[in-house]
Amino acid sequence: MAEELVDVRNLGMKYQSPNGEIDAVRDVSFTVNKGEFVSLVGPSGCGKSTILSIISGLLKPTSGSVRIGGEWVRGTSRKVGYMLQKDHLFDWRTIYQNVLLGLEVRGTLNRESRERVLGLLKTYGLYDFKDKYPNQLSGGMRQRAALIRTLAVNPDILLLDEAFSALDYQMRIAVTDDIYGIIKSEQKTVILVTHDISESISMSDRVIVLSKRPATVTAIHDIKFNLEKRTPLACREAQEFPGYFNTIWKELDVHV
Amino acid sequence: MSDKQEPALSRERAEYLRKVKIRKYSIFATRILILVAVFAVWEITANLKLVDPFITSQPSRIIRTLVNLYREGDLFRHIGVTCLETVAGFLMGTILGTGIAILLWWSDFISRVLEPYLVVLNSLPKIALGPIFIIWIGPGPSAIIVMALAISLIVTILEVLNGFLSADPEKIRLVQTFGANRLQVFTKVVLPANISSVINALKINVGLSWVGVIVGEFLVSRAGLGYLIVYGGQVFQLDLVMTSVIILAVAAALMYQGVVWIEKKLTKNRQIYGQL
Ligand SMILES: Nc1ncnc2c1ncn2[C@@H]1O[C@H](COP(=O)(O)OP(=O)(O)OP(=O)(O)O)[C@@H](O)[C@H]1O
Ligand SMILES: [Mg+2]
Repeated sequence: MAEELVDVRNLGMKYQSPNGEIDAVRDVSFTVNKGEFVSLVGPSGCGKSTILSIISGLLKPTSGSVRIGGEWVRGTSRKVGYMLQKDHLFDWRTIYQNVLLGLEVRGTLNRESRERVLGLLKTYGLYDFKDKYPNQLSGGMRQRAALIRTLAVNPDILLLDEAFSALDYQMRIAVTDDIYGIIKSEQKTVILVTHDISESISMSDRVIVLSKRPATVTAIHDIKFNLEKRTPLACREAQEFPGYFNTIWKELDVHV
Repeated sequence: MSDKQEPALSRERAEYLRKVKIRKYSIFATRILILVAVFAVWEITANLKLVDPFITSQPSRIIRTLVNLYREGDLFRHIGVTCLETVAGFLMGTILGTGIAILLWWSDFISRVLEPYLVVLNSLPKIALGPIFIIWIGPGPSAIIVMALAISLIVTILEVLNGFLSADPEKIRLVQTFGANRLQVFTKVVLPANISSVINALKINVGLSWVGVIVGEFLVSRAGLGYLIVYGGQVFQLDLVMTSVIILAVAAALMYQGVVWIEKKLTKNRQIYGQL
């Protein structure tokens, strides 16, 4: 039986501001097993990022709770790596200095962790660029550097918030494949947030469909492909793909 | 990427580079020419009594004044006093201003509370405070330095704070995802992202410190370039006034170049604050 790693229970979030109250998330529950790749899909502005922020511990929910590996989430957890929409590499740091950022902040920068990071840079083809500055790298390489920065702190769970949407379409398909490969070989548990249905189907073991704001869970789909070696690109070509796409498309109920 | 292995320049490229060079030199030459022309016209019209050298002074008299000041051993004393006061005011304004900006960035509450006071102090002509400083501190270099500080401090605070507040919130969020505390947010993101606004504040400060020091010297001093100017005016010795103004211009320009040099060092050597 699969081991349950993340347990999101009856999550609710109401933002308060002088102009009023925004009901962003209402009664959202789901679980994620170890090693699983789960996507949250929903219309824009429905509260996806809010859910991720709560799981990461950056944001406190107004109701409900999150447990990771059985522990209640209070503040940011060392088990969680969060990748934001843009790479946010610091242009005053070299690539190497950039990927060490998380270790510096957590105070776990030592010879061993440096070795690990150098290993990651080697494995994923950035070693030769480690002394370059971010503006000397292509968009895809920057994204990879951002992922390595997240992996450097060795999290069990990766939270990806529209991690590819800043890239143009061609690049995005390629980077998705690239990053997917890295995540799988590092055997991470992933929660990906996106409003791109194809992206969610092509990468995930499970897709959680969210309603318009306030976000509630509309449906949960197990995604299975009959493929020898699963890659996002191969999934997009697979015969099961259109079926999943149509179902989720209808559930999202997009009106123009 | 190195220039060494570059293939032979195309003819068009060489032509273009030649033009760029010629333009650069002609701009430089014209600048020198203007300077020489102004001094020449000044000297000649004064010699021909087209203008009254008693009122306008003239370059040869300025040189004579310089030499006299030097002979009497006063030249470097006056320059030294003024420069020292300016550097002191400048350093204090920069350090104190940046420090207070950090405090205000740290606490949104304090920043909100102090906002109206800063606005009022910023619009107040600080020169009006001169007599107060003199009475409180006593006439002398300290009062002059405080004057320079008063003029540059508020501007520094506002300039640097604005830079700090404009730090990308998403970058701040990024370090927070690693569990960064407020100090780490500051040292890892806010400060290195804003080295340039701190340096801009430095540049503004150089000019303001000179203003403060000269005003201060007008009011109280027994030495310094500001004193020479006031004294020269009182005894109607325009040679002394003009000489002092020209020394002042050179000194101020040199100090500004110093800051530009620091800026170049810092931005060239990004490693330095990459380590922060
Ligand atoms: N700090 C905040 N204060 C007040 N309202 C907020 C805050 N953050 C988000 N919201 C509101 O909550 C709602 C959900 O925001 P959220 O960013 O979670 O949506 P999303 O699904 O990630 O959107 P997108 O597709 O644009 O990324 C939005 O209407 C947003 O305006
Ligand atoms: Mg979002």
